[in-house]
Amino acid sequence: MTLLFAPFQPAPGLAIWSLIIFGIFWWLMAKYAFGPIARSLEKRDQDIQNALDEAKKAREEMSNLHTENERLLIEAREERAKILKEAKEVKNEIIAEARESAKEESSRIITSARAEIESQKKAALLEVKNQVGAMALDIAEKVIRKQLEQDKEQTAYVEKLVKELNP
Amino acid sequence: MRMLSHRHLIVPLIAVLFSLPLSGWAQHESEEHQEESSHAEATHEGGHAAFDPTATALHHISDANVFTILDFIRIPLPMILYSKDEGLDIFSSGKFHPGEHDNGEYAYHRYVLFEGNVHRIKDPSFPNDLVEIGPHSFSEHIDDQNDEVVYLNYEGTEYQLDPRTTLDNGMFGGKFTSFYDFSITKNVLSMMLVAMLLFWLFRKAALAYSRRSGMAPSGVQSWLEPVFTFIRDEVAIPFIGRDRYLKYLPLLMSLFFFILGLNLFGQIPFLGGTNVTGNLTVTGILAILVFLVVSFSGKKHYWQHIFWMPGVPVFVKPLLAFVEFLGVFIKPITLMLRLAGNIVSGHIAILSFIGLIFIFGKAGESLGGSVVGTLMSVPLTMFMMAIELIVAFVQAFVFTILTASYIGAAIDDGHH
Repeated sequence: MTLLFAPFQPAPGLAIWSLIIFGIFWWLMAKYAFGPIARSLEKRDQDIQNALDEAKKAREEMSNLHTENERLLIEAREERAKILKEAKEVKNEIIAEARESAKEESSRIITSARAEIESQKKAALLEVKNQVGAMALDIAEKVIRKQLEQDKEQTAYVEKLVKELNP
Repeated sequence: MRMLSHRHLIVPLIAVLFSLPLSGWAQHESEEHQEESSHAEATHEGGHAAFDPTATALHHISDANVFTILDFIRIPLPMILYSKDEGLDIFSSGKFHPGEHDNGEYAYHRYVLFEGNVHRIKDPSFPNDLVEIGPHSFSEHIDDQNDEVVYLNYEGTEYQLDPRTTLDNGMFGGKFTSFYDFSITKNVLSMMLVAMLLFWLFRKAALAYSRRSGMAPSGVQSWLEPVFTFIRDEVAIPFIGRDRYLKYLPLLMSLFFFILGLNLFGQIPFLGGTNVTGNLTVTGILAILVFLVVSFSGKKHYWQHIFWMPGVPVFVKPLLAFVEFLGVFIKPITLMLRLAGNIVSGHIAILSFIGLIFIFGKAGESLGGSVVGTLMSVPLTMFMMAIELIVAFVQAFVFTILTASYIGAAIDDGHH
């Protein structure tokens, strides 16, 4: 007796129906279900990867920005110190310059004052000399006049004059 | 909140799933009792044993032209029959008035329903109309070639019946007969239902992906996605490669979910326990499709390794070519046999454990024996059903991963 095993008997009807049903199932699923799902998942994987990459990039940028800020701060501090130092130097310079110019001015004023005094003194002396000359002439005139009147009395008079001259 | 409510649903669902085998078994018990009584009656006519576990198991795992649920709801299916002498005949199997044991109580156009399967009365003198033949009118004899032949007893005459044509030419008991059956059988209907259910589910998910683009998955999406990404990341990409997997992914996914869906559908108690993926015809068609896809995807590198293996001495090359050429066909054949064998053996194991009740109970004669049989049968059947749930996933996965590896080998262009 041959083995009667119905599930293993290849039935042409079932074969055709299996082929049709699985064929349609395969086509429909590929077109309307598995294809779109696979593509969506692929796209979502891509999106997630992109988002992660972007987050990493943003984090790196943030840390870059931070170091940049710190660098700028240090630079600014240095700049400030430099400016302050320069200002101090300029101040000192100005003070020194002012002192120098003041000194020069004062010495110039003193010099000119001295020169003025000198010239005034000279002018005064000249005046004195002129007056002494005038006085001498005056005396000489008077002496001459007296001589003309009396000899004796002349001499006395000159003496009196000299006396008057040298008190 | 939505997720939470789903979780609340899943727990009772699982509980129901695991409690079903028990009730399923109880249903089988009553069914077997009915069968036993019909067999007892058949004893008077056909001289059969009271309880034949082999025949019972085979009846349950075979395809049928009527969808029987709980042995009393019989859903008629469309019959599409072709015979050389009568041509095409299309009608509903309800015309047979299928009754107890899925035997038709009417003959129509010389076709009858025996144990759920359409048979044809060989004798052309039999009335070519709707004829009432009544219940319990079939008998089986062993003929001179030691094959089982079914006869119809009608009005005192024995008419020999032809089973539907099968292409095995006697290897599994089938042969070319006077008619072909292209009906929408129980297996075909199961395939249609499962395919439609899967399409509905995945279409919903696919629409959700486009509608909820950029959002986290929810609902049907969130429980299909892990399985989908598992097949993609553990099967498709490792074997086929990241740059080419998208082309073959629909086939792999279709195979996996089609096989898984049918495996699980066959495990549902009360629903007729259809044995689609345990049917060699169905797995054979899937294997042929895989064979065609692999062969048409085959690159030069693949065929070169089959017919003229590089890197081996010349005298070995023809030998290797012979072995490799055989391998091209053996690979899909093993796919076909592995899946069908595993699923059909699971069904037979469960039916055998249920059959223990009737073997121990001497087909209803011994109540004590039935009790002992029941006590043995319940834990064994529950264990087997739990195992079968795992097998359903494992076999779908194995079929898919092997397909992926065959495709991967075929499209490999040598740049490792």
